[in-house]
Amino acid sequence: MRYVNSSNVKGRPVSQVNAQRGLSSRQETVPPAGRRQLSDMRIVQLFILPTIILLILMNIFPLIYSLFLSFTNYSVISSDPPVWVGLENYTHILSDPDFWHNFATTGTYALLSVSLQTIVGFALAMLLRSKFTGSGIITTLVLVPMMLSPIVVAVFWRLIFNPSFGILNPILGFTDINTSPEWLGDPALALWAIVIVDVWQWSPFVMLLCLAGLSAIPEYLYEAAAIDRASAWFQFRRITLPQVMPLLLIAVLFRTIEAFKQFDLVQGLTFGGPGDATETVSVELYRLAFQGQFETGLSSALAYIVLVVIIAISNLYIRALNRLREG
Amino acid sequence: MANAANAPRQKVVISTRVDKVSTGARLTSSFRATIAVIVALIMLIPVAWMAMTAFKTRPDAVAVPPKVFFEPSFEGFVSLLTSRRQLTNDEIAVYQQRTDLGWADQIALIRGQAITGPSAFPRQLLNSLIISGVSTVFSVGFGVLSAYAFSRFPVPGKDDLLFFILSQRMLPPVVVTIPIFLMYRQVGLHDTHIGMVLLYTAFNLSFSVWLLKGFIDEIPREYEEAAMVDGYTRLQAFRKIVLPQATTGIAATTVFSLIFSWNEYAFALMLTSDAARTAPPSIPLVLGTGGIEWAAIAAGSLAFLIPVVIITFLLRRHLLRGVTFGAIRKG
Repeated sequence: MRYVNSSNVKGRPVSQVNAQRGLSSRQETVPPAGRRQLSDMRIVQLFILPTIILLILMNIFPLIYSLFLSFTNYSVISSDPPVWVGLENYTHILSDPDFWHNFATTGTYALLSVSLQTIVGFALAMLLRSKFTGSGIITTLVLVPMMLSPIVVAVFWRLIFNPSFGILNPILGFTDINTSPEWLGDPALALWAIVIVDVWQWSPFVMLLCLAGLSAIPEYLYEAAAIDRASAWFQFRRITLPQVMPLLLIAVLFRTIEAFKQFDLVQGLTFGGPGDATETVSVELYRLAFQGQFETGLSSALAYIVLVVIIAISNLYIRALNRLREG
Repeated sequence: MANAANAPRQKVVISTRVDKVSTGARLTSSFRATIAVIVALIMLIPVAWMAMTAFKTRPDAVAVPPKVFFEPSFEGFVSLLTSRRQLTNDEIAVYQQRTDLGWADQIALIRGQAITGPSAFPRQLLNSLIISGVSTVFSVGFGVLSAYAFSRFPVPGKDDLLFFILSQRMLPPVVVTIPIFLMYRQVGLHDTHIGMVLLYTAFNLSFSVWLLKGFIDEIPREYEEAAMVDGYTRLQAFRKIVLPQATTGIAATTVFSLIFSWNEYAFALMLTSDAARTAPPSIPLVLGTGGIEWAAIAAGSLAFLIPVVIITFLLRRHLLRGVTFGAIRKG
């Protein structure tokens, strides 16, 4: 505590101290007409304070706490206090093929769903790019899925995937129940089923960003290309694609982060099954921490590994965002 | 005329004059529009199917092959909102004689059941409403203050702080939940409204600070400076000049924040069990007597989705900003 205090005072940049002094001296010499006035510095502190307190309370403290727990063998349901076990949890996780399987599943899932979303979303954007009567309504309708609660989406897709009374199989032309695919029950198909739902829900997101990119392309570029008799493919490759790329990159990174976090859809569609075919890291983490043995220490270690991966991807994302803001 | 000589040999594809656009280009454009409409309709099939299922009877909902045409019924909504008990044959006969039954009782009676009281669902929906409403008020309120400070003043370490705030949003809920679960259990906040409001406020605050900062950045500083020259204090200028100008931004942020907490599932699943349980974790678990009641689940999902769909339409101009944390504005 004392350390924090002293660092606050000593660590403050000189310019800021000066600024504060400058403000207070100005207040003394030019008092505002009969009103009690807060200095700007004070306002900044007051305005930011609630946010900072809440972040420390709900984010930083829990993260530090779970870092500590990740080095212990603590379990929520046992009455024993946490015992320090060093790096044991981490070595256990990194040497257990089951966990690697979870990571592989998550990676496969992220790769499949993000690349499909990019393709579908971009195609949708190209389709809705030029205005026509009712294009506004159509665009909004296409965007509806991404605003829905993933767990509710998962539930009604479970009804659609159902092999006996779902509508997906009849639509796809499978009418015989005995030979039609069992989307959620077949280990080979279950991950694809989740990918399909995720693509359905989030392609509109990619579309939205691509549309923004497309609408920002100045028309004269195409006119110039048309005068030079550039082919449609050339125009697409040399004008459309490079101009949309920054926004597309943002969309891809954002979706990658979300795909690594995927929990709701899996939980709603398959609960990680059949077997462990769709057990993503988040689902495994949930099971480890809140079901069965409640292995709090071990799950905290896994959580920290996930955290490092996510932070790495978010850094890329934030850098891309920053470049976009500056450029 | 010189015009004819200079006319481009390439077909005119884009023009403000309809007669100058070639027939081919016009055909392509209407072809494209048709495809777009078809794609949009295909994408909405799942939602439409769920809406239809909500109005099916129990046998219709699980009919093989699936029924596209059916007699609409409110059975799903009745089984969602009430708890019922199975009647014996004698009791059914007695019930059928009665004339004081409401329409819900009559729907339940078709399946030989009597309504014994409301189910847990209305209360969970109310919990969802309370928790998302209160947390939205706080996160937008604190968000507006911080966004103003970040937008107008040189806060030490501003960029790092802002990115730190944003990165909180990137963490998987499960990672944050383990320590929060322990913390809440210690202080008795587990399964309470206050606990959930606190968590959702913190969770949405990062979003609202970023989104609102974008909106406030767009309000010219000169407005406040002029007001302060005229004798307003900084706080008055903030209240009377900045806040009214930021109304659109505040409204958009409020609605996004509402949707996020309304839709949230993982935190609610792990940190509530009964008293403060919201609707999302319970919708997949609506079970009736003997198996999954798909009509009831669909009814619950529909009741849950309708507000979100309406809001999506109202918000369509701000969607892009909202989903990218205010980083990208309409080009």
